[in-house]
Amino acid sequence: MSRRVIGTPRRRVDGRAKVTGQTRFADDIILPRMAHCKLLRSTVPHAKIVHVDTSKAAAVDGVHLVLTGHSFPIAYGILPVSHDEHALCRDVVRFVGDPVAAVVARDEATAERAVRLIDVEYEVLRTISSPADSLAYPEPRIHDYGDFGNVHKAVALQFGDVDAAIAGADHVFDDVFFFEGNTHLPIEQHATVATKDPDGKLVVYSSTQTPHYLHRALAKALEMPAAHIRVVATPNGGGFGGKSDPFNHEVVVAHAAMRLDRPVKIALTREEVFYCHRGRHPVLMRFRTGVSKDGTITGLDLQTLLDGGAYGSYGVASTFYTGALQTVTYDIPTYRFRGCRTFTNKPPCGPKRGHGTPQSRFGQEVQLDKIAEKLDVDPAQLRLGIVQPPDSLTANFLRVGTIGLADCIKKVVDRSGWRDKFRKLPSGRGVGLACSSYLSGAGLPINWNDLPHSGVQLKLDRSGGVTVFCGATEIGQGSDDVLVAIVAEVLGIEPFDVRAVTGDTDLTPVDLGSYSSRVTLMMGNAAIQAAERARELIAAAVSARLDIPKDRLVFADRRVFDSADPDRGTSFREAVCMAEAKFGTLGTTGSYTPPRSPAKFKGGGVGPSPTYSYTACVVEVDVDLETGWITVPRVWIAHDIGCALNPVLVRGQVEGGVYMGLGEALMEEQVFRRLPPKLSHALVHKFPSMLEYKSPTFLDMPEVFTDLIEHPDPAGPFGAKEVGQGPLLPVMPAVANAVYDAVGVRVDSIPVTPEKILRALAAKAAGKSARSGPASFPDVPWPETLLVTPPWAGGDGRAANDPKRPSHRKVDAGIEAKAAGMDKGTGA
Amino acid sequence: MKLRLTFTVNGEPAEALVDPDKTLLEVLREDLQLTGTKHGCELGECGACAVLVDGQPLLSCLVVSHECQGRSVVTVEGLTVDGRLHPLQECFADLGASQCGYCTPGILIAAKALLDREPHPTRDLIREALSGNLCRCTGYQQILDAVEAAIVRPGHASARDGRGGQS
Repeated sequence: MSRRVIGTPRRRVDGRAKVTGQTRFADDIILPRMAHCKLLRSTVPHAKIVHVDTSKAAAVDGVHLVLTGHSFPIAYGILPVSHDEHALCRDVVRFVGDPVAAVVARDEATAERAVRLIDVEYEVLRTISSPADSLAYPEPRIHDYGDFGNVHKAVALQFGDVDAAIAGADHVFDDVFFFEGNTHLPIEQHATVATKDPDGKLVVYSSTQTPHYLHRALAKALEMPAAHIRVVATPNGGGFGGKSDPFNHEVVVAHAAMRLDRPVKIALTREEVFYCHRGRHPVLMRFRTGVSKDGTITGLDLQTLLDGGAYGSYGVASTFYTGALQTVTYDIPTYRFRGCRTFTNKPPCGPKRGHGTPQSRFGQEVQLDKIAEKLDVDPAQLRLGIVQPPDSLTANFLRVGTIGLADCIKKVVDRSGWRDKFRKLPSGRGVGLACSSYLSGAGLPINWNDLPHSGVQLKLDRSGGVTVFCGATEIGQGSDDVLVAIVAEVLGIEPFDVRAVTGDTDLTPVDLGSYSSRVTLMMGNAAIQAAERARELIAAAVSARLDIPKDRLVFADRRVFDSADPDRGTSFREAVCMAEAKFGTLGTTGSYTPPRSPAKFKGGGVGPSPTYSYTACVVEVDVDLETGWITVPRVWIAHDIGCALNPVLVRGQVEGGVYMGLGEALMEEQVFRRLPPKLSHALVHKFPSMLEYKSPTFLDMPEVFTDLIEHPDPAGPFGAKEVGQGPLLPVMPAVANAVYDAVGVRVDSIPVTPEKILRALAAKAAGKSARSGPASFPDVPWPETLLVTPPWAGGDGRAANDPKRPSHRKVDAGIEAKAAGMDKGTGA
Repeated sequence: MKLRLTFTVNGEPAEALVDPDKTLLEVLREDLQLTGTKHGCELGECGACAVLVDGQPLLSCLVVSHECQGRSVVTVEGLTVDGRLHPLQECFADLGASQCGYCTPGILIAAKALLDREPHPTRDLIREALSGNLCRCTGYQQILDAVEAAIVRPGHASARDGRGGQS
């Protein structure tokens, strides 16, 4: 039976609402008696709060409530290991923009006026402005937790004897790269409306990607039972990871609404959105890679240093992600990863599209370009020779299923005319190639438990109407459309016949949220299960009533009929009536939990996924040799999607990924101004506005040629993999590699700017290294390296020296000896 | 001291008592509850708040509302005629030009202003006309495709919207 909905280019189910302005975003909610909230934010980067005087603000006519940190004694945060945020700062402020107090008033203007009347006395502390500062100054500590000093997290993992593998290699490449931080810049500024239900319970409408985690954070921070809180995720006006943390403004208005017994709204200004941040970590990284004459990699030794900003956020996961996915693209038999995230007095970094992986993807793909040049082999050919095999287990115990990377590479090489262009275009013009992979959902939940990651409920009744309920959150990616399309496909009805209720903790079963590219795969599989269970009930009823064998029944064209005699059958509506009569009220459920990962070592929870997407990209650039100005006329990209459920949306995700990647590659920077420390403690955002934070416009965007590689993956719904994040990843290194092809200089830091190109060209002309990038990687006091024997050497997924390892305590001589022996044996 | 603002919004007379410093954006969203018009910066940087004032596309966050006394304003809510979507709306919805949809009202307005002025623009002209509108989702290509498709689409689209999910 051919598919009617899945795979067909369609208008998305919420398309009409979006083009008529009827999609109701959080700030579009206007409720009777609604009050408005404004936050007072810290003007200093690091200080003790000595005193907060709110008396003048409280006296302003129209002010309902003034709040300080005293009202929020309980800390919360997204990861259980870093509950380090209070809705309003209590004792210390940690960056310019950290909220200190709040005013709730009859209107925004009054709240704004009153908030300016709050006096805060600060006792200024040393500003920690960079990871170098964090390492140099363990005191004052920005937080009283973390691995040591101002180091939030330092991790070290080793899979096989990487030192011997690199020492024994024909070539060793040792490169240092830097990737500057940047931010999500969703056009919708964060907004939240909280209100007390008539029955006295709390309701929070918010522009959040993760209503489930906000639900948990509110319950904790407000000391309320989660069952008495309803979180409704309004459609997000863009997320990209920036609305995945529980935010202080959400907690503040929730508290205020309960206290005042009236709706309270907060809508952040654009400047405040820059302070919420949780965007791309600035990462310094060093890649030491052993390569054989034939281009195969013998071992990789990677170090990363992350500038985390002032709070934990997703940072521990981000740190591991800088080292997780290198092995998923290419065969790397031995691997050591050491990552360190430091606290600094800047807005907290977190997950932005690609979460922790784009930075090290940049380093890896640029280094591969250098390797190819040294070995005098075409970069595409080099990569084709080392693609990780399908159905394999990587050195760091990530299970790779289907892998369409080779097809992606061949596709972009053909489509771009690579062979006629690479190293053949005139000076100033060039092409660059890079690849990547990404998770189709994180294999482990943030709060470790054995509960489903996604749940779907289906309600059908005698009207013939079908309603599907799921906690998934529509952030623009089209999750409502995926949900509806899958149910419609399975039941043989039209998407318009299905109503979706999503992202509402009262009404919908839990889905963990729109992050880690998890929704299509996890929600999709849960939806298939729920819909197939409904189809089974309907089929049983129709079979009994019409006397048609169940296995001959077809669901299509809003009918249920006999495949042997299509005229025999009934309408879908009648069929549902038959099922309701036979079984009573109809409702089915579906759940999805990812398969267990074989990685049992500490840190092995970051990286596993039910399946990985793959992407290859060729970027063409024109570089003006006089000015260094870079123009990108064309981009070719091929993405291993498994199956495109709605090709219109998939193409949009690919092109949107390319767009955002080009922004990161060429112009986007979340950077700060610092006066000499002797003069001032000041450390402020350089340009918290959309005008000065440069992002690509219609005029900057090149033509993008998109190809989809569709080999259905057994792990995905109808074979689908992710597309929301993967296509961004290869763009930045492809740009840098293209610049090298064009003008012969290496820009080993992102963004690739005209200034850096000119600097490298000048260095080249002066006979120095034709390169712009960081010189060295600092000494980091790494912790003891966890030693994990790779699977190919018989490893069991545990670390040999894990203190928690049962065999370690019992001294399981057999396994220890085996691991030790294998380590020695990996030398070549 | 509030001012009485009398003007035409989406072809209908509208009236509001507003503070003199209120922007057109605020009056539309807060006083008239026409929340289809969005804000992304309130500094004239993103284009999300574009509306037509006497046929000209303006950023409503930069327009003091009382300047609109007696004038005619069209917002995204005014693009549909007799319950039918404007061809731009049809094409945006069909061709993926709207992902999160937050920038969409402003871009539709800017595109309508262009097509009203120049019914057959080139792709470069469309790029130029929309270059004051930022979109973080689409990468702009599907928006350009949608505007081009609307150029050749008959004034009133077939009722793809709604019945049968055939679209």
